[in-house]
Amino acid sequence: MDRYFDQSIKGVSTGTTILAVKFNGGVIIGSDSRASMGGSYVSSKTINKLIQVHDRIFCCIAGSLADAQAVTKMAKFQLSFHSIQMESPPLVKAAASVMKELCYSNKDELQAGFITAGWDRKKGPQVYTVSLGGMLLSQPFTIGGSGSTYIYGYVDSKYKPDMSREECLQFATNAIALAMGRDNVSGGVVHLVVITEDGAEHVVIPGDKLPKFHDE
Amino acid sequence: MSSIGTGYDLSASTFSPDGRVFQVEYAMKAVENSSTAIGIRCKDGIVFGVEKLVLSKLYEQGSNKRIFNIDRHVGMAVAGLLADARSLAEVAREEAANFRSNYGHDIPLKHLSDRVAMYVHAYTLYSAVRPFGCSFILGSYDEDDGPQLYMVDPSGISYGYWGCAIGKAKQAAKTEIEKLQMKDMTCRELVKEVAKIIYIVHDEVKDKSFELELSWVGEVTKGRHEVVPKDIREEAEKYAKDALEEEDDSDEDNM
Repeated sequence: MDRYFDQSIKGVSTGTTILAVKFNGGVIIGSDSRASMGGSYVSSKTINKLIQVHDRIFCCIAGSLADAQAVTKMAKFQLSFHSIQMESPPLVKAAASVMKELCYSNKDELQAGFITAGWDRKKGPQVYTVSLGGMLLSQPFTIGGSGSTYIYGYVDSKYKPDMSREECLQFATNAIALAMGRDNVSGGVVHLVVITEDGAEHVVIPGDKLPKFHDE
Repeated sequence: MSSIGTGYDLSASTFSPDGRVFQVEYAMKAVENSSTAIGIRCKDGIVFGVEKLVLSKLYEQGSNKRIFNIDRHVGMAVAGLLADARSLAEVAREEAANFRSNYGHDIPLKHLSDRVAMYVHAYTLYSAVRPFGCSFILGSYDEDDGPQLYMVDPSGISYGYWGCAIGKAKQAAKTEIEKLQMKDMTCRELVKEVAKIIYIVHDEVKDKSFELELSWVGEVTKGRHEVVPKDIREEAEKYAKDALEEEDDSDEDNM
């Protein structure tokens, strides 16, 4: 009873699997598409957790959906204004810093964590984690959400730096599929966005096209 | 020279019938009364030079600096009312620090110059305050964007330059700067030329002694704005003094 009561106050949350990986020439950012309320009700099978905050910068969200949407909306506005003032696209680091400032200054009210990834002219492809309390960390790849706990072994063993686009797509798809297979609050389809100097390409992999592993 | 704006020059919130804001023009006069400061951009950095007039033998050497550090990679040389300039340097420092805190990286110079220029401009709108009586030159060096130089004047406009001069001898200094092929020079070569220009434009008759302040930022300092090291400054001053003597000698020969 208590648990149910708590969840209904918190509302819709994304038990989720999200990741971002750098490859040679770009980044791939990916997520599942399930939104759940409590541990047993799926409120949406097909939400997109990959939010575009600028032309070549995306954020994936984990935690409370409402908080995440509010933060990304604000970040999108700030970055758009910032890039007009600068007369150039924002750096990925700047986007991640904006998210971090929002998360840290409002840490008492918010319950959302992010992965910010993208491409900029100065440093090329980059991946940043912005955690719940507002920590900012740059990494070659990162995973997040409740489903990520099941795939640490997989990503740690299978990641190599400077992969090709195809290798990286396979790596990301496998990782998310494995997490969705074990985490009850992750599922649906796999959303992937490939961000390079040339732009951002959205790839959706429906359930029946997901890679199958030994148990299926 | 400038006309007297009788009646229309009492506050910055008044236009004259021919569309001028006299208070701003008077502020620019304050800059023209101050000694010269120059900034030049070369292919791998920026060099600043300031002719700091020494009004009393009792002054401590190196005090009342006219070149400020705004951020690690940005320097500012000023001319005009020094107190106004110091307060603007503080404004620029806060802008740069806030930017770094919000966005995680060094502030691009154009943005800094736009922001400080907007601040200076705000003081030209109201009768309750007076415009800032100083112009300043901002310079920075970045690995990707290269060297940048911007100048802001009391009206609140900022311009990008390859070389600029502010203060009493700015016309003479500009003439000398135009003779340089700065796009092909390195900072080490430019330091000597900057020292020479300051020595040339210094008026020995009207102003007695002066101190030369030199600073640079570029590849040679790995992107940090620093005072030019003592040995290089002495070499530059020697070059400047020798060049002046040569000119004096050649003038005598012509006679």
